[in-house]
Amino acid sequence: MEQGEFFGLLGPNGAGKTSLINVIAGLVRADAGAASVLGADVVADYRRARRLLGVVPQELVFDPFFTVHETLRLQSGYFGIAGNDAWIDEVMHHLDLTGKADANMRSLSGGMKRRVLVAQALVHKPPVIVLDEPTAGVDVELRQGLWQFVRRLNRDGHTIVLTTHYLEEAEQHCSRIAMLKAGRVVALDTTRNLLAALSGLELVVRQTDGELSRIKLKDYGELEAALSRLRQAGVQIHEIELHPPDLEDVFLRLTGKPS
Amino acid sequence: MTGFWTLFCKEVLRFWKVSVQTVAAPVLTSLLYLVIFAQALEGRVEVYEGVRYTSFLVPGLVMMSVLQNAFANSSSSLVQSKITGNIVFVLLAPISYLELFWAYVLAAVVRGLVVAAGMLAVAVWFVELRVAAPLWLAAFCLLGAALAGALGLVAGVCSEKIDQLAAFQNFVIMPLTFLSGVFYSIHSLPGVWQAVSHANPFFYMVDGFRYGFFGASDFPPAASLAVVAGSLLVISFVSLWLLKSGYRLRH
Repeated sequence: MEQGEFFGLLGPNGAGKTSLINVIAGLVRADAGAASVLGADVVADYRRARRLLGVVPQELVFDPFFTVHETLRLQSGYFGIAGNDAWIDEVMHHLDLTGKADANMRSLSGGMKRRVLVAQALVHKPPVIVLDEPTAGVDVELRQGLWQFVRRLNRDGHTIVLTTHYLEEAEQHCSRIAMLKAGRVVALDTTRNLLAALSGLELVVRQTDGELSRIKLKDYGELEAALSRLRQAGVQIHEIELHPPDLEDVFLRLTGKPS
Repeated sequence: MTGFWTLFCKEVLRFWKVSVQTVAAPVLTSLLYLVIFAQALEGRVEVYEGVRYTSFLVPGLVMMSVLQNAFANSSSSLVQSKITGNIVFVLLAPISYLELFWAYVLAAVVRGLVVAAGMLAVAVWFVELRVAAPLWLAAFCLLGAALAGALGLVAGVCSEKIDQLAAFQNFVIMPLTFLSGVFYSIHSLPGVWQAVSHANPFFYMVDGFRYGFFGASDFPPAASLAVVAGSLLVISFVSLWLLKSGYRLRH
């Protein structure tokens, strides 16, 4: 993964996305190999590696003994940062948490807890931010707000690593994508190249009698010819759709799972 | 501010926020022991000359509470964090295994001391107590609490469920504390049981702690302190080794 990029890690359940994140975060010791964060080895130079990294865990974890503000102050302290209130307030503001600052963690909704997790990952201003399925079980409104904030962080120079099940999310936000399957990288390229590799469009035609046909096209130039062939064949078109390639196709092709 | 200091403060805050359960409840339990045993045995047992049974009992009960509460603090905090998953916040931070060890052990010591202070504050109103050797008293209290705290860390690291921890508590900690001479002098026991008691490190803590109050004990205090300090070293070593290896924490 390169500095400053918005990197996507995709793969089906059990592909090893979270395991990889856990190795980078030092939560799991790798059986073999080495990982480093901006040059800091996650085992030998763990203090520097962890300071450079902010991780938003997949599970909605929280400490029921503390309020939102206390949680964030403690997290700052774990990183050896005192007097971090200005930045904590700013992060809370961006994540719409200010109103809940003194609420106990236990009393928050799932979406709110997720925001606190994001805030916790940011208290020490890490240059690299890892989001492990950040939008699982999160409502649309928060999802939008979260992406806006994350994209801003990326524009400000933070490296973002995202793991997700939602292909649209990766397609929309990530500049480069790695696809994992059973612990192996099966594809690693820019989002654009991955999509381009899947040249061709699909034309879906529903006839007035309900019959559905799918026609493969190499590019938009073939559309006209395909339509005239349909007209010549006397097909009565009821509905017509044109599907550009999407990551789902790449994903399914590479991971070999039928849809 | 360092990671260690924050983690220590968090551990202290954690029990302080639920002090009714973590401080008041054990103080009350110990006082109930005191009332019941004193009622049953006062006047029938005299262990040291001129020391009433009730007075003899108080240091033992205080030490027992210190040990049980120090153990409970580090072990249950760690197991709860592991079960709920929020241990991840500590594991993601640049905190070394040594810092983690000291933060949990010292917070356990603080809980032990707070419970001890609470008990003594109530007991002095109706039990005659004097302090013959305050330094011995402090040394046994601190080392005993640290030992129990370190033992709690070991139990906390090894347990993955509450019932595993409860088993450790019920089958190791409870027998060790109850059979440590809290309620009696081991000289009143038959020979075999005296020997068994001498194999129990908790006995030396209770005995030495009692020396701090009365200037009299079953075993020389310096030798007891050596046993306690040695046990603390061994348990700390085991605990640090587990933490360093990442066993059941960074698995």
